Amino acid sequence: MKAVIAFLLILVSALAAPAFPNTASADAPAVADTFSNPATEARARNLQRQLRCLVCQGESIDESGSPFAADVRQLVRQQIAQGQSDQQIEDFLVARYGDFILMKPPVQPDTWLLWLAPFLVLGAGGAVAWMTVKKAASRRV
Amino acid sequence: MTGELGQLALCFALALALVMAVSGLMGALRPSGLVARRTATSSAMGLLVFVGLAFGTLTYAFVGSDFSIMAVANNSHTLKPLVYKISGVWGNHEGSMLLWVLVLALYAALVAGLQRGGERLTSGALGVQGLLAAAFLLFILFTSNPFFRLDPAPFEGAGLNPLLQDPGLAMHPPMLYAGYVGLSAAFSYAAAALLVGENGWARAARPFMLIAWIALTCGIALGSWWAYYELGWGGFWGWDPVENASLMPWLIATALLHSALATEKSGAFRTWTLLLAIAGFSLSLIGTFLVRSGVLSSVHAFASDPTRGFFIMVLIALAIGGALALFAWRAPTLQGGAAFDTVSRETALLLNNVFLLAACACVFVGTLYPLVLDAVNGTKISVGPPYYALTFAPIFFALLLLVPFGPRLGWKRGDLKAAWRSLYPALGLAAVAALAVLAIVAPRTLAATGAFAMAGWLIGASFLEIRKRKGARASAFAAVLAHAGLGVTLMGVAGTTAWRSEALTVLASGQMMTVGPYTLRFDGVTREQGPNYIADRAHVALMDGGKVRTMLLPEHRFYPAEGQDMNDTAIHTTGLRDLYLALGDDRGGGRFTLRAYVSPLAPLIWLGGLVMALGGMLSLWGRLRAPAPEQEPAAPAVALAAE
Repeated sequence: MKAVIAFLLILVSALAAPAFPNTASADAPAVADTFSNPATEARARNLQRQLRCLVCQGESIDESGSPFAADVRQLVRQQIAQGQSDQQIEDFLVARYGDFILMKPPVQPDTWLLWLAPFLVLGAGGAVAWMTVKKAASRRV
Repeated sequence: MTGELGQLALCFALALALVMAVSGLMGALRPSGLVARRTATSSAMGLLVFVGLAFGTLTYAFVGSDFSIMAVANNSHTLKPLVYKISGVWGNHEGSMLLWVLVLALYAALVAGLQRGGERLTSGALGVQGLLAAAFLLFILFTSNPFFRLDPAPFEGAGLNPLLQDPGLAMHPPMLYAGYVGLSAAFSYAAAALLVGENGWARAARPFMLIAWIALTCGIALGSWWAYYELGWGGFWGWDPVENASLMPWLIATALLHSALATEKSGAFRTWTLLLAIAGFSLSLIGTFLVRSGVLSSVHAFASDPTRGFFIMVLIALAIGGALALFAWRAPTLQGGAAFDTVSRETALLLNNVFLLAACACVFVGTLYPLVLDAVNGTKISVGPPYYALTFAPIFFALLLLVPFGPRLGWKRGDLKAAWRSLYPALGLAAVAALAVLAIVAPRTLAATGAFAMAGWLIGASFLEIRKRKGARASAFAAVLAHAGLGVTLMGVAGTTAWRSEALTVLASGQMMTVGPYTLRFDGVTREQGPNYIADRAHVALMDGGKVRTMLLPEHRFYPAEGQDMNDTAIHTTGLRDLYLALGDDRGGGRFTLRAYVSPLAPLIWLGGLVMALGGMLSLWGRLRAPAPEQEPAAPAVALAAE
């Protein structure tokens, strides 16, 4: 598994490298680490928390100290500075890195079960509980 | 010599486990099998002695840095402090499996020593424990032998992953294993009850369920605390698959404690409680498999060897499949059908189970779905915190809303209106908490306000319950305490999540920075020599007016033996608020990045866990001290006599 992930990462970086020779400054000048406008900064931070650091274990790019995370943070900030919406930025990153970069799994036919399963169990459990209680109550009289 | 002694002890242990399995099961199935039952009891003691000997031998090899033993050579180093030489015993795959079997043997000896629930039930439980012990010993001997020799022995060991060289993490695995494996005792009792047709098992197994639950609670809290101070970004729970693997058994163990209570007190949900006992240990096994096999690669996955993964998978399939087959075969023969009103304690406990089961399903799907989806159509998705915020959080929130009602409804028949009315003061406290949060703290968030209202509701209800039960036995307050602990943890989680402030600043010596209410002065970085690492230690003064209140010393460590870097954070806590510092990278010219977080109420997260565990301990104490049952409609005479 580890080997597979490592391989994929190498593959991703190999594919990304020629297209984006220097990820952070490919299409825009470098942007400062923090925005001076608190609202914009909050928006950037919120967006960063929604993005997975692909080379880390379960960390978002907001938390991670890895160079990859720093690059993606820079990318996010450049796009915000260019006036892109959150959705446009996410779409851009998904196009580049795949759905895996989103902390929130997409809602699409093959993830319906993922989103619904907890509530299906809740519903089914509730139904069984209701029948059990009704039966138990009928024994009381 | 030591290695061979350990190896021999393991072989004897395997033989004894097999004897225990056969004699235990025979003693359970034959009413007259007195000799078999005695044999099972004494082999449980013998098993503990020999597994203990093997474990002691391995520990001796680690302490003495005997690098002719591969496990030691791969995971230890002469320069390591003694504590981490010892914790290194279970800081690797082979040793951790041996620890697992040691804990299993401990529980078997406890089952044999306490003889709860009558001779035949105990014997059956020992038989199943014996089967499990034998399976794990075979696994150790054939795929993960900790006593494997190296010739020639290396001059120096490879060291231990620095992440694991930490007091919190030294204690974390034994604690978690005590929980995981403790559920094996409940599992064994349930299987024995199915074999013997014994109804008193829920009472007999209760202390083991409690021990397992307490240990899991502490283990999870320790793991979360460790992640908080060690990983360097101030998070306490990341919904990482490995964390999830420990949360699932906890959720099921919590459901089991509640359901078994109903089974014990009023004979309700007999088959369901059996199924939960099976499910709890099954999830422990699956958790072990997920973590150890390297399916999820992380710091926990020592073993990335496919034969081991395959062996564990077969073992799990046999254990779970066998137990479920036994359940399908025997459960219909158990007489069930308790009678209780729609509004009653029983119904409340059943609802608790429905919500906990849904919460567990959420974690289960969230953990495994990405693996399955990847295998099925190659789509890679990640299931991160936003998923759980939308699924787990509302389900758990609904559960918490109902918690205060449970203890206020009578067995068989409850009065919902009276319960509701008696909870008005708690409702008042909830409203006060919500308003206080809205009035005092910024930013205002719906989640934090709701969480504080909920905490007020839970803690208020607990206070009311304490007043009502004044003068009762200490164990009567167990549930009260556990429920209040949930409220405490909730406040910590909400406070940290909603109001954390942070600052990331590049500083030169003498420069100041502010974060939240704190002013810090950076006094430069010194190079320090640790026992087995070299550290860059930042000296940061926490200022109070013009004076230095205290010094914080976050470090960046390099472990040459392992060739790895590590952060050592510095935390200044007031008990209600943490100031958290991590040293970032060297920007040259004496300038360093400093990450500072202020986490309001963070300590409450783990304090709440401790309060919950204390609740469990009170209940356990009451059980072991006063074993005479007050009223036991379900347990037959055998069970009562034995107690």
